[in-house]
Amino acid sequence: MFSATNLLVIRGDRIVLDGVSLELAPGDAVLLLGRNGAGKSTLLRSLAGLRRPDAGTITWNGQDIFADRDTHATRVAWLSHLDAIKPGLSARENLRFAARTQGGDIGDALASLNLSDLADLPARMLSAGQKRRLSLARMMLGGRPLWVLDEPTNGLDTASVALLASALAMHRAVGGMVIAATHIDLSLPGARILELGAR
Amino acid sequence: MKAFFPLIGRELGLAMRHGADTVAALLFFVVVAVLFPLAIGPEPGALGRMAPGIIWVGALLAALLPLERLFGADYEDGSLDLLLLSGLPPALIGLAKAISHWLTTGLPLIVIAAPIAVMLHLPSASMLPLLVGLLPGTLTLSLLGTAGSAIILGARRGAVLLPILVLPLATPVVIFGASGADPGSLPAAKLQSLLLESAFFVFCLPLCPIAAGAGLRAAGE
Repeated sequence: MFSATNLLVIRGDRIVLDGVSLELAPGDAVLLLGRNGAGKSTLLRSLAGLRRPDAGTITWNGQDIFADRDTHATRVAWLSHLDAIKPGLSARENLRFAARTQGGDIGDALASLNLSDLADLPARMLSAGQKRRLSLARMMLGGRPLWVLDEPTNGLDTASVALLASALAMHRAVGGMVIAATHIDLSLPGARILELGAR
Repeated sequence: MKAFFPLIGRELGLAMRHGADTVAALLFFVVVAVLFPLAIGPEPGALGRMAPGIIWVGALLAALLPLERLFGADYEDGSLDLLLLSGLPPALIGLAKAISHWLTTGLPLIVIAAPIAVMLHLPSASMLPLLVGLLPGTLTLSLLGTAGSAIILGARRGAVLLPILVLPLATPVVIFGASGADPGSLPAAKLQSLLLESAFFVFCLPLCPIAAGAGLRAAGE
């Protein structure tokens, strides 16, 4: 059980998030909606344990995640709006560090996003959509339980969005959790919707 | 913890692929060292007296060159978030980065310092103390530099800030390192300088990774 209660985040002198709460059981998904600048990314950073909220608590099975950030880190599969791809390395080499630390098989991860043919190509030759798929493949490595995704469909074509949707469904079927911020229709059946900045 | 050695492996792999960055620091060191005889004149006595200082200042400046990209590239492309979420405590991320920086910059500097010392007519009695002193000295420079480059993350004009932050902290390294190889001083005085150089390294070994870790955490916020 992953839950956040009454989160408050202040940036500079601006309140970005105020009174945000959410709760996920295994298999659940939450879809974050909101206009640009509504605090979607900020909320995701807090939930991943990267940014400590100014007030409120985030717990995993009742344990405050900021009491032991390094353990919480190993539960989080993180996809930010940046792809974090090193252009000088091949697609396969880009996944190597994650495969060593998260576990999982690079070949399977690449195959699941239709990247097998590009495995040995330098990442600088990949298109924007292919890079996005590569960072999705890295995020999925090792099957960490909590997927935190910031605009996962950026740059993806329809076929790739379908691949992502089926991967999300598979992850939830085995008890994984998904929190995704998106502004397009991402197929997440039964996901709860959390609208930010609606005030 | 299990991400520590993979992280060093990742850094070395990236350094190999971007070999020009690594070689640039070494070439910079060589060029600086070659400029001194041209400016001072080729008289062996004068050069030999100044050789340890030339080599130490050159090594310090060369070690600074790759620092801005040490965390900067990972910060800009989003990789830093992934490092922070690898499960490795931030201080150990800092330590792994410092070790990688030393392996790609400090170690090659030590190797290339020997022929440069010969070129600068360093008396042979001072050669061993110079190279021995460079070992803890370059390690300390990597530690200080790693802490500095983590702290400036996200700051505007970080490239300007970095030397201003790191160079003053590195003064003990240069003082003890150069006096440890001073051809004019007695063996006992050289030994004392080398011991102080090593003591400063031991002092920095736990502190700099912790400072770097705090900088990384702050940058991740």
